[in-house]
Amino acid sequence: MHEVGLAQSIVDIVREKAADGSFRSVKTVFLQLGALANVEPEALLFGFECARRGTVANDATLQIKRTPGTAVCAACGAEVTVQTRLDQCSACGSGQVLVMSGDEFRVTELEVS
Amino acid sequence: MCGTCGCSDKATISVEGEHHHVLADGSVVTHQHDDHGHSNEGHSHDGHSHDGHSHDDHSHDGHSHDGHSPEAHSHEHTHQLPDGRVIRHHHHDEAPTVQLLHDTEVRRIAVEQDVMAKNDRIAELNRVRFGANGTFVINLMSSPGSGKTTLLVRTLQALKSFGRPLAVIEGDQQTSLDAERIRATGVPAVQVNTGKGCHLDAEMVLRALSKQALAPGGTLFIENVGNLVCPAGFDLGEARKVVIASVTEGEEKPLKYPDMFAIADLVLVNKVDLVDALGFDLLALEQNVRRVNPKALILRVSARTGHGFDAWLEWLTTSAVTPPPPAVEARPA
Repeated sequence: MHEVGLAQSIVDIVREKAADGSFRSVKTVFLQLGALANVEPEALLFGFECARRGTVANDATLQIKRTPGTAVCAACGAEVTVQTRLDQCSACGSGQVLVMSGDEFRVTELEVS
Repeated sequence: MCGTCGCSDKATISVEGEHHHVLADGSVVTHQHDDHGHSNEGHSHDGHSHDGHSHDDHSHDGHSHDGHSPEAHSHEHTHQLPDGRVIRHHHHDEAPTVQLLHDTEVRRIAVEQDVMAKNDRIAELNRVRFGANGTFVINLMSSPGSGKTTLLVRTLQALKSFGRPLAVIEGDQQTSLDAERIRATGVPAVQVNTGKGCHLDAEMVLRALSKQALAPGGTLFIENVGNLVCPAGFDLGEARKVVIASVTEGEEKPLKYPDMFAIADLVLVNKVDLVDALGFDLLALEQNVRRVNPKALILRVSARTGHGFDAWLEWLTTSAVTPPPPAVEARPA
């Protein structure tokens, strides 16, 4: 239930970008969200609906691009993609995979005018 | 998070000794939430779907789409603008043709900024401060009722004889009951109430630090809000993360809350004095911890009887002089 605070952080990033006056309004906020990040997209969208009001992002929509995690299998050495921390190696079926990435949570681009 | 509208989960954070409300952007306000619901009733979008056609090239401000169905959108149609002009355009499969020029162009700009960056920056500030002061900091996390405070009280009582300075930051939604329990041991404690918030963040710790001078070379325990979800995502600037799982919670906890167990340096299995009464399978729990975190050390303890405390206290004293593990694991050859 911390997504409202996270949505506030997203709006803060947009406001900092707008501070130099290079754009007046934001149409779309593009976000990368890794499968293993501690963020529930539905709750984040709800939080953003509240956080954007009255800011430069007032009319913005949040576009979330989900990306999978990556892991290395400790048993067979294969590099695999994972959707959860409990995924097994897709190459050999081992449950011992070392997660390498997947908790990305970043504002990648803004569509502005 | 505000229970009424979900806005600003930082609005009601209080650190003992403070009475104002601080928002995420640092501004200080007093506000009440009774009079501004954010219900959807006033702006329903029922009745027309935007799926399947792009509106990228014209703004919807000031004109209504009421009264035209998705079907009507598939061909030529008109919009009345606020100034009375009527525009006519098609929605084809490709980009729509709009016969109106905007004074500003829509463009994309690259940002590439981590949303957690603000918290991480403050956490790093805390870490530098702890490092300069020689303070060893533990972030203690678990579900409510796992025995965090009881374990901490016993730990502090034992550590007092070691002579190192001790301090505690207590995180709870409400009350200063836990801080009072800690203070009864003679160890200074600052209570942070997160209000509707679900976890401590680096800024709350920074503020709590201003209320409590840390003696050089000491150990600071941060007892996080009882919650196996949110605290996992927030770096506070600690040197080690310790997760407590008690045997009254069930063997599958690490599988149900993998994010929390994945970040632990140490997992304390508490209340082991109850294993027989509960028929608890310790090996199954430990296997489940290993599944999400092959690297974490696991220790069995009982905060009530003191079972296993020698190993826990030894870990605390040896970890205090060992630098934190590297953030990125080396890949296996």
